[in-house]
Formats: sequence, structure tokens, C-alpha cells
Amino acid sequence: MNTSELLTPNMGVFALLGGIAAFGAVGVVAFNNATRSALCLVLTFFTLAFLYFTLTAEMIGILQIVVYTGAIMVLFLFVIMLLNLGALKSLFEDRDPKMLIGGVLGLGMAALLGSQVLAPMAKVTQMRAPEGIGSPQSVGYSLFSTYLYPFEIASVLLLLGIVGSILLAKRRI
Amino acid sequence: MAGVPLVAYLALGLFLFSVGVVGVIIRRNPIVIFMCIELMLNAVNLTFLAFAKYMPSKLPTGTTPVAEASMSGQVMVIFVMAVAAAEVAVGLGIIMAIFRLRKEIDIDEMNLLRG
Amino acid sequence: MAQWFLDLHPAWQALVRVLLFLLPVLMLVPGLIWWERRLLSWMQDRIGPNRVATITWSKTSKMVPGFLRGKKTKLFGLLQPIADGVKLFFKEDVTPSASDRFLYFVAPGIALFPAFALGGTLPWAPWRSLTPIADVNIGILYVLAISSLGVYGVVLAGYSGNNKYSLMGGLRASAQLISYELAMGMSLACIVLATGSLKMTDMIKAQEGAFWGALPWAQNWFVFTPYGFVAMVVFMICMVAETNRAPFDLPEAENELIAGYHTEYSSMKFAVFFMGEYAAMFVFSGVLASVFFGGYNMAPFNWDYIAQNAPPFWAGVAGFLGKMNYWLAPLWFIGKIAFFISVYIWIRATLPRLRYDQLMSLGWKSLLPLATFNFIIVAAWILVNRLVTEQRSPLAGTIAGFGLWVVAGILAYSIWRIVKRASAEPELEVRTIKMVDPVGEATV
Repeated sequence: MNTSELLTPNMGVFALLGGIAAFGAVGVVAFNNATRSALCLVLTFFTLAFLYFTLTAEMIGILQIVVYTGAIMVLFLFVIMLLNLGALKSLFEDRDPKMLIGGVLGLGMAALLGSQVLAPMAKVTQMRAPEGIGSPQSVGYSLFSTYLYPFEIASVLLLLGIVGSILLAKRRI
Repeated sequence: MAGVPLVAYLALGLFLFSVGVVGVIIRRNPIVIFMCIELMLNAVNLTFLAFAKYMPSKLPTGTTPVAEASMSGQVMVIFVMAVAAAEVAVGLGIIMAIFRLRKEIDIDEMNLLRG
Repeated sequence: MAQWFLDLHPAWQALVRVLLFLLPVLMLVPGLIWWERRLLSWMQDRIGPNRVATITWSKTSKMVPGFLRGKKTKLFGLLQPIADGVKLFFKEDVTPSASDRFLYFVAPGIALFPAFALGGTLPWAPWRSLTPIADVNIGILYVLAISSLGVYGVVLAGYSGNNKYSLMGGLRASAQLISYELAMGMSLACIVLATGSLKMTDMIKAQEGAFWGALPWAQNWFVFTPYGFVAMVVFMICMVAETNRAPFDLPEAENELIAGYHTEYSSMKFAVFFMGEYAAMFVFSGVLASVFFGGYNMAPFNWDYIAQNAPPFWAGVAGFLGKMNYWLAPLWFIGKIAFFISVYIWIRATLPRLRYDQLMSLGWKSLLPLATFNFIIVAAWILVNRLVTEQRSPLAGTIAGFGLWVVAGILAYSIWRIVKRASAEPELEVRTIKMVDPVGEATV
């Protein structure tokens, strides 16, 4: 693929969304303030939902907004703000030489994975999934027919999560 | 989208995943570590969906409805979301319980199990 | 629809659709403010703002026509919202030493964005090239997703005030919002189940069918079915809670008691918060009208069926009304929205504010079980309806569905009574004080 083949409007949209997601991800790690990290993560999740829309997985994309951005990150923000209320200002982390080692390790892992996974996939440019995939009808149909057992087990898992978090949060059992 | 190669999505997923790994290694605030774990899970979701779109597992043959053919990637993402939600609820409960007990949440100080 | 419109690039078409939705909402928000103040005043036995823009014509100037000299022309206080806006604009913009200046400035915008973005899949007329803005196949889930983004404005506004009370106010408000989202989603899921599709256009089309499957000359608005009525009640309560309106306006009440989440905001940022609240009221009423009350239809009658199967005079009337129904559809839609906003104001004028624990217990312990139970009933109803309709007729199917409802209602009531009796607190002993009368003077 030449560079000129790559400069399509679709690629521009992907570059914009991917850039915002990457910037948000780096912000999560880089900010010292936990609230700013959480807000950067919200931005990343929101942008990822749009990336799912470009992959025509609209049901998963809207579920990403409802579940991740709308519920899980709100939970994170709640906990961060409640812990701030405990007058804990001592969460400032100073620079550590371990940070450099961590960065080098991460880079090494990315290089290893990238060389093994990205190289064979470089020639794939055609979207070969059939029409209508990603619509609520398809997802719902497959969840209730082929994947019924995992669906029910996932609901039991969520029930366990509810019971567990209530038990952890009660002051007196 | 048409015109975007698969490696673009995979490279973005790889970048998000490695940023998450670096965050888990570097940061000392357990809530931020949790957020980096969520970032890794989302990178995995993106990779699942990209593969489901570009290289579906089984193409429909004749009269097989779409839903039976190649939904495994998207269903996997749904289950990853469900597991992540349950994990966040319980994990944040644990962090709150530890905070109530010790009034500090520096991960380097949580070394009671050290032998 | 005019061919020139369909020949435009889809991006331009989308822009026109967005403007056709956005500009009327922006224009109607000041009218909404005025209507709220007037209606609330009438319900509270007073008059309300009617002085602003009362024009007193000059007695002597030659530029004023003769019949107007010295008289007053009343404009019923319609310019009151403009006066409010001017006042807020000129108020001093106090910026506290906020903990996070960027968040302090951005939070009102984050609160405003979901209020307007909610209308993305709302159909306000039957003209498919103009509405809804995006007819995606996840229609009603989009409304739920955007309303769950509305939590962030509140949380960030409370946090950036650098103030313990403002933060607690924000956290409590957001806990209220996420609790009522669940019951709202469950009640909408009942209607999705009854329709078979997530799109709001399909819901309106399903409501244009025969009434209860049996009477083809009336429309089957979901509010006329038992499960739809219960779902509508649950959705209306959740809608009032989601927009932070009375009796769920604990965040605003905290302005008087301690400090609410928008206590640190003055002048235009405060105005932005309130504009967001009114726009959200507007769009949520629109969703209620679309999903439960037949959307842009004028009245629950199938004009086309009546026009075909009625004596000639009534057929002519029905044909005329059918054309009015089609061409004046936005007017009926806005009429329904105006009615629901009046209901909002009516509820505000009547009910006292809920305490926080009452609010949470209502959302989790009353509305969510009711909505879930309704959901199970809808599923059973559809099954019974389909089975009996195949055997007999649609009317028999509907009657079987009603029988199911009666049985389910008795079951639910008895379970509720048993649970209530099992978890009832012990009756406290009632002690009275006996007045001891030593002298014997009392005669009563």
C-alpha cells in the first residue's frame, strides 16, 4: 500500500479518533491527579465507542457508552472523590527511577507483540463481515441461541458482584 | 471503515494495551492501577471487534442467518464488558475497605503478606 | 419530499436536520421558562410575571397613532425570560479559587451537551428525510446512553467548586440520576419488547395499529394497554427524577440548606445549567410522547380506515383530518410536549420535596421491582397473545392477555402483602397519659 492510497477521508476520521483515544490513554498514566486521570479515561472510552461505530458494531458501541462511560467511570469518579474527602492529599507520586524501567519494559513488550502480530496482518484491508452484523437483532439472537449458557453464567457472575460489593461496603455484617 | 487497513486498528489496540501495562507498573495509586486495567480490557475489546469485522470466523453459507455465522467476536466483547463491570464493583469495594482500615492507599505500603 | 433536498450530499442533509431540531428547541426554551413561571403562579393562586414589556404609549408624541396615545399594551410578561437573561448577563461573574480551573469552566458545557444531544433519534414528524436526525437501529438505547452522560456535568460541577458541601451535593445528585436510569431503562425495555424493535419510528408505527388488536378504527397507543400504562407511569416518574425537577430536586434545595452542586456558579454559567435543565425536560417529554402517546399523531384514530369504511360525510371529514394529521404533525408533537411540560409544572406545584433516603428507596425498592415485574408480564402477554391469536382471533388474544394481567396483579399484590407483613417493624406500644384529678374539679 502506498502512502497516497492511505490518505482517504475514512483514514482521516480514524486518525482523529485514534489520536484522541491515544492521547486520553497517555493522560491516564501521566496525570498525577486521580480525577484528571479518570476524566482522560472517560474521553478514551467515549472515543472508543465512536471507533466501534466505524466498525459497524453499533450495539457494542452504544453499550460501551451506557456501561463503561455511563456507569463504570461514574463509579470510579465516586470512589476518587469520596477518598479525597478523607483529606488525603498525600497521593502525590514523585518521580522514581522505576518509572524509566517500567517504560522500557512496556516498549519492549509492545515491540515484541507488534512484530509478531502486525506483520502477518499487514495485507488485510477488506472488511469481510456480512451485512447486518452488529445490529441489535443479530447480537440479541446470538446471545439467546448460540451463547445462551455464557449469558446465564454472566448474569450469575453479575449477581455475585452485587452481593460481594454490598458485603464489602457494609460496616457491620 | 472501508479504506482503513486492519493493522491500523490493531496498532491502536496495541498502543492502548501497552500504555495500560506501563500504567500498572508505574503508578502507585490503586485506583489509577484499576483504571489502567480497564484500559487494557478496552484495548482487547477493540482488537476483538476489529478481527470480527475484518476476518470473521465463519462466513454465512446459503440460508444461515447472519446471527449464527460470525458473531463470536461481538459476543466476546459483551462478556468482557460484563466481567469488567463486576470486577470494578468488587475491586473498588476492596479499595474502600482497605482505605477505611489504613487511611492511606499507597500500593507500596500494602506489604502485609510479604514473607 | 423535494428532490433537490435528496440530491444534496448526506452531510448537508444531516446539517439541515440538526438545525431543524436544534433551532426550535433553542427558541422554545425561553417560552418554557415563561410558561413555567406563569402556570406555577396560577396554581399557587397568584398572577406571576406580567409586567415586563408592558408598553405605555406616550400621551403627547406625534409618532404614536391616535388610538394608542396614553394607553397601555400588555404583552403578558412574555419578555420576562429576556429580562432574566439580561440580568444574568450583567451579573458579576464570581470565579472562586477553584480546585481545577479547566473543569470549572467546562462543567456547564458538559451539562448542556446531553440535554440537546438526546434528540438525535427523536422523530418529530412522519417525513422520513427530515426527521429523525439519525434513524439508527439502536434508537431508544441512544436516549439511555446520552442520559447516562448527563451525570458527568453534575459530578464535575460539584467537584470543581473546591468545597466539601458542593462535592457531597454533586455526589448525591449523581447517585439519584444513576438510580433512576435503571427503572427508566426497564420501562423502555417493556415497550421495546412489545414493539420488537429499538427504533422510535418503529414504535410510532406499531402504535398506529389496531386498538388492542381488535378495533381497527382506533390507534393502539401504548398508554392504553395495561403494561404500557404501568411503563408510562414508571417512565414519567423517572423522567422527573432524571431532570432534577421537583419533587426530586434535592440538588437545588441544597442551595437553601447547605450548598448544592451549582453553588459556585454565577451569571452565565448558572444560566447554562438551567438552559440544560429545560432543554432536557423538553426532549424527555418528546421521548415520552413518541414512545407511549403515539408521537406526532393528532388523536388515537386511524383516519385512513375511517375514510374507507364510513358513510360519505364522515369519510370526507376523516380524509381531511388524516391530511391534517400528516401535514401538521410537528404541531401535534409540540402540543403533546407542551402538555407534558404542564404536567411537570403541575407536579412541581403540588408535591413536596422528597428526602434523600425516601428518594433512593423509591427508585430501588419500588420502581425497579415494578418495572421488572411489568417486563415479565409483557413477555408473558406477548406469548399468550400470539398463541391465542393463532388459535382464535385477535380479540380473543387480547382478552387472554387481560386475563393474564388480572392473575399477575393478584399474584403481585399477594406477594407484596406477604413481604410487607414479614418485614414490618414491631408495633410500638401506645401509651396515653391519664390526668389524675385529685380534687375532682374536671367536668369533661
